[in-house]
Amino acid sequence: MSALLVFIGACLFIVSGLMALTRNVARHLPAGIHVLGSLIGLIGCALGLRGTPETLALPWGIPAGEIAIRVDALSAFFAAPVFLLAGAATLYAEGYWPSSRPRAAYVRCFFGVLSGALALVLVANHTIFFLAAWEIVALASFFLVGTDTTDSAARYASWLYLAASHVAMLALFGVVTLMHSMTGTWRFALLASDAASRPEGRAIFWLVIVACGIKAGAMPFHIWLPSAHAAAPSHVSALMSGVVIKMGIYGLVRVLSLFPATPAWMGGTILALGIVSSVLGVAFALAQHDLKRLLAYHSIENIGIILIGLGAGLVGRAHGAMTIAFLAFAGGLLHVWNHGLFKALLFLGAGAAIHGTHTREIDRMGGLARRMPSVAAGFLLGAIAISGLPPLNGFISEWLVYLASFSSVGQLHAGWTWLLLVIIGPALALTGALAAACFIKAFGAVFLGVPRSADAASATNALAPMRLALLPLAGACIAIGLVPALVAPILALVVGDASGVSGSVTSTFAALQPITITLALLISVAIIALVARTRRAPYVPTWDCGYAVPSPRMQYTASSFARGLVAFFAWAMPPVVDKPRPFPLFPAGAHFETHVPDTVLDRTLLPVLRRTKWLFAFARYVQSGRVQLYLLYVGAALLALLIWSSR
Amino acid sequence: MIVVHLVFVLASAPLLLGVINKTKALVAGRVGPPLLQAYFDLAKLFRKESVLSSTTTWVFLAGPAVSLVVAVVASLFLPFTGPKAPLAFRGDMILFVYLFALGRFFTTAAALDTGSSFEGMGAARELTFACLAEPALFFGLLALARVGDSLELSTVLAVSGTAWRTATAALVLIVASWFIVLLVENSRVPFDDPNTHLELTMIHEVMVLDHGGPAFGVVLYASAVKLFVFAALVVHVLLPQLANPAANAAALFGAILVIGIVIGVIESGMARLRLVRVPQLLITASIVAAFAVVLVLR
Repeated sequence: MSALLVFIGACLFIVSGLMALTRNVARHLPAGIHVLGSLIGLIGCALGLRGTPETLALPWGIPAGEIAIRVDALSAFFAAPVFLLAGAATLYAEGYWPSSRPRAAYVRCFFGVLSGALALVLVANHTIFFLAAWEIVALASFFLVGTDTTDSAARYASWLYLAASHVAMLALFGVVTLMHSMTGTWRFALLASDAASRPEGRAIFWLVIVACGIKAGAMPFHIWLPSAHAAAPSHVSALMSGVVIKMGIYGLVRVLSLFPATPAWMGGTILALGIVSSVLGVAFALAQHDLKRLLAYHSIENIGIILIGLGAGLVGRAHGAMTIAFLAFAGGLLHVWNHGLFKALLFLGAGAAIHGTHTREIDRMGGLARRMPSVAAGFLLGAIAISGLPPLNGFISEWLVYLASFSSVGQLHAGWTWLLLVIIGPALALTGALAAACFIKAFGAVFLGVPRSADAASATNALAPMRLALLPLAGACIAIGLVPALVAPILALVVGDASGVSGSVTSTFAALQPITITLALLISVAIIALVARTRRAPYVPTWDCGYAVPSPRMQYTASSFARGLVAFFAWAMPPVVDKPRPFPLFPAGAHFETHVPDTVLDRTLLPVLRRTKWLFAFARYVQSGRVQLYLLYVGAALLALLIWSSR
Repeated sequence: MIVVHLVFVLASAPLLLGVINKTKALVAGRVGPPLLQAYFDLAKLFRKESVLSSTTTWVFLAGPAVSLVVAVVASLFLPFTGPKAPLAFRGDMILFVYLFALGRFFTTAAALDTGSSFEGMGAARELTFACLAEPALFFGLLALARVGDSLELSTVLAVSGTAWRTATAALVLIVASWFIVLLVENSRVPFDDPNTHLELTMIHEVMVLDHGGPAFGVVLYASAVKLFVFAALVVHVLLPQLANPAANAAALFGAILVIGIVIGVIESGMARLRLVRVPQLLITASIVAAFAVVLVLR
């Protein structure tokens, strides 16, 4: 039943998308069908999370292809947030991108196709079908990132995304082909027990790291992520950041779950990737002026935290320390859910702020908490959760990873990977503190204080569907944070599917749960008491040292707020400062500008490519851009293969 | 037990401020305010009316409220009155640190809620220093977790008190590092001067410039409890457990007051560090704590 329901849900997504292209369709019908698909899919995932895998196989006309669907706990676990987020984002889009707005049908169509194909990626049991769905996700995202065709930055972002996606695709082709040569089947099948020590097995590992690293946006493969997530419409960014990048994590977990055993260095590699992504991801986030780019860099940070969990789990398993491995896997995988929830909440909240103020610049917003209080509350909730603070869900998953790291100290001494396990604690602590600083900066500059521009001062509250869409996400963040015991049985099943490690966090959560609930209660009571006590207080201007003409521009800007920490990371991300000397003695004007370019993309990759592009000149002869010629290539390649195979 | 604990912490926390100020006064050759001055201040503030800034929202009041709640809840993970802490479970040491991070989140948000550039500046400094202090705390916790072979804060602190012979060097390093963290977390000299009167140079005081009346009382009370809890944390690393619970509690209380005297002497003896020097000292604290980890893993 679960496989069928998930398949129907995914198909309804695609149908709702295609329906938007036809004229004379009732205004809210595509969205209604989409939400219906979400509900059906969620029921399917809930059934799938009970632990008995179900399969569904339909014939497919493509040679060696088959629409094979398998919903086990791992697939259902990754698919559940897709259905929840896609439903919430659709609801949000009814207010954010109504059919009266230009390109509404275009956005609606690709959004439906994207969410449907994404659900299919996560439940595909046949590698060819998996690749096809993966490619559809990439193409639909490409079109959505480039929605605003008048914006050259959006066009550039979409092309960069397409290029990065296809590098990932190429690596994935390698993975699938190697797996086929090792197992003899196109379905996902367990590899031989010595697979990890064979050269093909090692090649699979490195290729899947590249493919899934690019897709998930792990540093240094993240080059496409910040610009793409910033350019896409906000509800699409919520979906891309919340669940599309998790496709990479899913691919990694799925492929690694096919290895009966993995050596410690594999886990160590993923762990190192995770530590780099989390610390540097949040450092780059701090340096951003664009609200959506800031959130995008936080996705890199959170992918890092997920990778830390998975890497530590693999290291623990390789050394036979199953309790540690279980805690780490559980933390990493729970963070997949948590990040999906709070990141979608943040992107939707940011979308409302951007919609209201017509700018993405943090330093041109301000004071929105008075104009859109419910959006501000949702964003604040997301900010607390993403900073990993109790009593919300972000803390729960990070806490499990901490537990794994702390338990491993002094126990796992073999090889070099123990050093990484020890560093997890301080690295996560630094990441958490930086994330909190970054979200205080973002929340403070966007929602608190006084408006910093005329647009911010005249912003109106978000429409009802947009506010309503925040509710399920915020509710889920609170529920997992306060009652983590809800997810304990799910985690046991999913970790079992992903790694074969069995264990339980029920007792761990049982000790924490009363305290998180008490903490939340006490905080609410204390705030309400203080608000009640000062209810009749008179309102006066903020203390400004007696200055006569206070202006909103006197507020501390977001850039100044982060300056100290950004300077601290200048070794990894040197800022570009444009500060011409005022001249002559009575200068007419002066300006000051600073931004932090991406070290991997802007400082490394692009300069190298610019110098070496003459090497690729020959490709122009092959890549003429004429469709007939490409058909000829395909035909020639098929013919050559035919001759080769009948040799 | 939990009630006795709470009464003890809530009642004695402001005394520590009195001890610090009395020490500073004595060193300077003044009579100084009475030991119980902080209690008088609190009583006065809670009776006063409040005035709010016209730019603020509920977040402004959430700052004081949350910082008091987290400090009190965090105190429950340390033994004060009995041999065991009221709350203890595997991994509570991480929650302990994160509780203060939650408090900091709301204090700084409340500061930004006023739209004042002074308060923004204070919040930025507070968060910058916190980012650098956090690794020091965690390296120390890692080392203690190894020494005490547990992830319960009260258990590892009980073990560390008796492990002085076996892990002397590591424990000294942890205490040194955590004492620096205590000073920065509680905005004491040399990181911040609680008695300064220039907005531009303050950190913690400037963040609460616009809080007045009961809200400011809560701020003051919360920072007193936080200082008391941090002092107890550092003291617990040193202090062996005594068999007699009353003697144990008395020894702990005495040692906390000694920390107050030490802070007072430091504040009398040195000026605030230049802002650019602060990160260097904090990184030193992290490295010192990292050495402790290396020593216990050896």
